Amino acid sequence: MNQSATLLSSRSGVAAIAVFVLAIAAVSLFTLSYGQVVLGLDRVLEVFYSPTSDPVATQIIQDLRLPRVVTGLIAGAALGVSGVLMQALFRNPMADAWSLGLLAGGQLGVALIVTAAAFAGPAAISFLTAFQGVGLTSGALIGVAVFAAMMVTLSRRVGTITLLVVGLMLGFTVQGLVSIVTHFANRVGGRVYSGWNDGTFASTTFDDLTFMLPPIVLGLVLAVASAKGLSSLMLGEAYARSLGTNVQRLRWQTLAAVVLLVAPVTAYCGPVTFIGLIVPHFARAIARTSLILPLIPLAALAGGLLAIAADAVVHLPWEQHFLHLNTILAIIGAPVVIALLLFSPMMKGRP
Amino acid sequence: MILELKALTSGYHGNRGVVVDPVSLALQAGDFVCVIGRNGAGKSTLMRTISGLQPAISGTALLGGIPIPDMSAQERAQAISVVTTDRVSSPGLLARDVIELGRQPYTSWRGKLTSEDRDIVRKATHQAGADELSPKPFDSLSDGERQRVMIARALAQTSRVMVLDEITAFLDLPGRVEVMALLRRHAINSGKIVLLSSHDLELSLELAGQLWVVHDGRLSFGDSNDLISNGVIERAFDNEDVCFDPTRRRFAMTQGFRTASASEATPG
Repeated sequence: MNQSATLLSSRSGVAAIAVFVLAIAAVSLFTLSYGQVVLGLDRVLEVFYSPTSDPVATQIIQDLRLPRVVTGLIAGAALGVSGVLMQALFRNPMADAWSLGLLAGGQLGVALIVTAAAFAGPAAISFLTAFQGVGLTSGALIGVAVFAAMMVTLSRRVGTITLLVVGLMLGFTVQGLVSIVTHFANRVGGRVYSGWNDGTFASTTFDDLTFMLPPIVLGLVLAVASAKGLSSLMLGEAYARSLGTNVQRLRWQTLAAVVLLVAPVTAYCGPVTFIGLIVPHFARAIARTSLILPLIPLAALAGGLLAIAADAVVHLPWEQHFLHLNTILAIIGAPVVIALLLFSPMMKGRP
Repeated sequence: MILELKALTSGYHGNRGVVVDPVSLALQAGDFVCVIGRNGAGKSTLMRTISGLQPAISGTALLGGIPIPDMSAQERAQAISVVTTDRVSSPGLLARDVIELGRQPYTSWRGKLTSEDRDIVRKATHQAGADELSPKPFDSLSDGERQRVMIARALAQTSRVMVLDEITAFLDLPGRVEVMALLRRHAINSGKIVLLSSHDLELSLELAGQLWVVHDGRLSFGDSNDLISNGVIERAFDNEDVCFDPTRRRFAMTQGFRTASASEATPG
């Protein structure tokens, strides 16, 4: 009975992955062909076969839409997986990099680096522009890491909901600080600030992706390596230790994974809300388990899909202006969170 | 000899200090030990120290000649399994998932079970009487049922030593007898060492091969007859209301308690 059950669950796991891949392909094609300029599916495909024959379509797709889709997939996957890690590490179904203020930390880190450069003078700005990738990512890494350490310390003293409110308030505080900083440092201008009050996948180029991707890949490797230990942590710290998990090392390793996954996203896409918070719940519902390892691929795919689907809505040919990414994510995500708070057994019987 | 305590002193660095004075003893394979004592006497501290979950103040516990603190986390997990009173809540896990976690010290980095692991899990589940609980969500179980699942998980860990702290607290009397009997059988039949702390004095006196009595920061050990005739049990548990009757091997209300209750009952 046991074996047939696992066979069944792995088969349904494969089916879920196949459905995700198909949906991602469909949304990607839609995003590539549809927007302010509507390209037919045939023109999209032609760009991939013979890029020279249709220069306008090639430019739209290669310079604008394809980087956006790829960024969305990578960022969504990173946020989804980081959510799984955060919820397991904090043993808190409402934890994620955004809700606990880690994204705010990353934003603040980047803002401080940019401001420092702005006040240091034009040489520093040109340096920052030249080494944007390294500068912004390390600013975000430091910011996320500092805020993550703060929240871990705080989580030993306060309950689930308090921690959540503190995290969200940190987000507002940083949002305000960043506005002030931007106001005084707006000479820097340009791309450095794109998307700072909102998440967006539209301001990354393929060059940016070469900086964004390596930390995320490393983060994913660490996430997979932490999965077994995080599963044992579901029984609490004492049991995890009695099962051979080095809890202290697991904590650091998982936090490192979260920082590596989240910081590049913050640096290049701004604070992308809700994905990390709700995707793990979808992944658990599909996998029908909360053991960590099976959740990682599902959360990566679901996060990527949610990201590009929201982005597709944002870039529909609305009249006059675009919608904001976080607006769409809030419309999807906030009701899910409310439902979880009200109905999920996970939220009951906890401090 | 398998489990050996050499002047093991348990307690905390800080205000609480030494909880249980140095103790030296040795246990053989197949020993079933009940650890008894008043609340707060230090049973849990002692057992956590032996399990390697808490550092000793001085002295050491050795398993098969190897000091337990020197073992790697994985070696220790293969050698010692633990069940505590901690109330575990694991949303999204089936009871079977929890039992399977007992194989973690043996599985690869993925935590995937081999067919041999699955056999061990199935046997452990059956042995703990948790067959029917296995497919249910862990969080839907009652406290007693959860405890049963945690015992199955510890059995699945196939360690040489099992340390169980106050695990019968949530069970009714038949449940307690059943659980203690199954652990005793397990110790005797499979040559494991089982250390079980319990509030069930009379049951412990009945079932234990060896008794450890923690009282006033000291551990006395021996078989139940010796400890009764030495008066250790009486010293550890008697107070003005209740006393141990060595001949009937059970507790009874004291004469003082009866007189006091009688006078309370009489309207003044």
